[in-house]
Amino acid sequence: MTPTTLDVPATRRGGRKPSRRVRRLSRRDKLVLALMVGIPTLAHVVFVWVPTVASLLLSFTSWNGIGVNIHWVGLKNYTSLFTNFPAFWPALSHNFIWLGFFLVIPTPFGMFLAYQLNKQIRFTRFYQTAIFLPMVISLAVVGFIWEIIYNPDTGLLNSLFGTNKPGSYIDWLGNPHLNLWAVLIAASWRHAAYIMVLYLAGLKGMDPALAEAASIDGANEWQTFIRVIFPAMKPINIIIAVVTIIESLRAFDLVYVMGGNNGAKPGLELLSLLITNSIVGESPRIGFGSAIAVVLLVISLVVIIPYLVQTFRKERVR
Amino acid sequence: MTTSQVAVPRTSWAEPERVIVPRKHRVRPARVILHVFLMLTAIVWLVPLLWAVYTSLRSYADTSTHGYLSIAHALTFQNFSNAWSQSGLPLYFWNSLLITVPAVLLTLVFSSFVAFFVARFDFRINLALLMLFTAGNLLPPQVIITPLYRLYLLIPLPDFMNPGADVLYDSYWGVIAIHVAFQAGFCTFVFSNYMRTIPKEITEAALVDGASVWRQFWQIVLPLCRPAFAALATLESIWIYNDFFWALVLFSTGSKRPITSALANLQGQYFTNQNLIAAGALMTAIPTLIVYLLLQRQFISGLTLGANKG
Repeated sequence: MTPTTLDVPATRRGGRKPSRRVRRLSRRDKLVLALMVGIPTLAHVVFVWVPTVASLLLSFTSWNGIGVNIHWVGLKNYTSLFTNFPAFWPALSHNFIWLGFFLVIPTPFGMFLAYQLNKQIRFTRFYQTAIFLPMVISLAVVGFIWEIIYNPDTGLLNSLFGTNKPGSYIDWLGNPHLNLWAVLIAASWRHAAYIMVLYLAGLKGMDPALAEAASIDGANEWQTFIRVIFPAMKPINIIIAVVTIIESLRAFDLVYVMGGNNGAKPGLELLSLLITNSIVGESPRIGFGSAIAVVLLVISLVVIIPYLVQTFRKERVR
Repeated sequence: MTTSQVAVPRTSWAEPERVIVPRKHRVRPARVILHVFLMLTAIVWLVPLLWAVYTSLRSYADTSTHGYLSIAHALTFQNFSNAWSQSGLPLYFWNSLLITVPAVLLTLVFSSFVAFFVARFDFRINLALLMLFTAGNLLPPQVIITPLYRLYLLIPLPDFMNPGADVLYDSYWGVIAIHVAFQAGFCTFVFSNYMRTIPKEITEAALVDGASVWRQFWQIVLPLCRPAFAALATLESIWIYNDFFWALVLFSTGSKRPITSALANLQGQYFTNQNLIAAGALMTAIPTLIVYLLLQRQFISGLTLGANKG
């Protein structure tokens, strides 16, 4: 890139005068820019970041939602969450099981599908369209579709296995040892499609000469993938990891619907469900719910912060 | 490396298949295995949907006497027309429209504004701003729902905007607002990647000619961003229409809910058997399926524009 003369001052910013370009803005231009940025930023901050900070603050208080009857209670919400709330540890571990399952099954499978679909083959558009369909449907509808499959009396699975008669029922969504896995299958149906499409876009943007060179050097397909393609796809791999982790933490709709349209069923507790349960209803426990939200926030930040650093590092030295 | 590998909608996803001229006419066994594998996967992926379609097309009498796993004696659209008329589905579809259209438009306007600022100028806060929006879009919605719910109960609305409640809670405005605020994060990220690929010289030439900032945005940058607009409009329409969580928590009046969230209440109340549930669920999915099949390329590129940032 040949730097234009106008670009030069801007690239060396370290505490100097603003670039010439910026100085050329008229007062009216500055006002227009301020409004263009100010209004959306205000909306984003008020509706997203103020509640995030408020979650943190409220987690140290006790509030039943009536009036301004808010008391500072320090870490009490957290101690009772960790020691005295039976649903918390199952929920936390289910979120991690969810993540682990996603990382081991649908994510690699989606990448594998993308890799295969990237070979120049016939009917690839049909395969892609069919496999990608679940990604277009809302998670709530995905839940209903799978409920029809898992229904103990009338569902496809039990009808196929002959386990839809009294005495031999398999209660896929009711049995606390089974239901998380049943829901995870439905979630993977969608997640593999998502990963497939992200990875395929990455593969299409890659220089095919890389893989060709490796295969000319005598590498087999697996070696080519592991040693050449996978490392070259690092940016996409990071996106996929972030998407997978965030989706695992956000999981809500599917479990809500498949768990019978109310709060957490035994075996299906998730942090997101516990949070939502504690704010609505007869006696909301706002401080307590916020403490669960903070746990979710902290886990999310473990992913979000490195991602931001990695993504924007280049720009800081630009 | 100076080429920023960004935001170019270069997925050849929906392009017509390239004609492949095989060098040898010998059928390679590896290719056959690959096709068998892909065909099986595609079929397995379609089974849940097809099962729902099959169930929805059978009468309850048929399935209750012969079981659900049986050959249908007759196929009928009766479940669809029952679900449509008995449960008031048209109202919920209308609610979805009332929320989705303004939310998508406002999201695109807001995020293109911010992206223009971030991508085309070199102010010191730009990077921080872009990080703020990007991080906001990655937060799980449940992290903010508790204070947001309380905030909505506190923010007053004039009576004509939300008759009977006078607050942002339980209003279309509130649900539209959170969609816009939340989705603006993703769209700003995508737009700013896209706008950076436009050479600086183009707007600088306009600047030398005395064009105002607004004219640069409106007459130069925006027209060049049409592909990004098309992609994000498609993607965001589907996402916002598909939203379940915000509408579930931020509405208390059932008849105000959009179709995706209303479905949960309709089950049990009106959709009393599997056939009706299947019909209701499929009808909810139909608008998104139509949009996807018509605008597949836009949908996919919207999804991958954000990911292609190196």
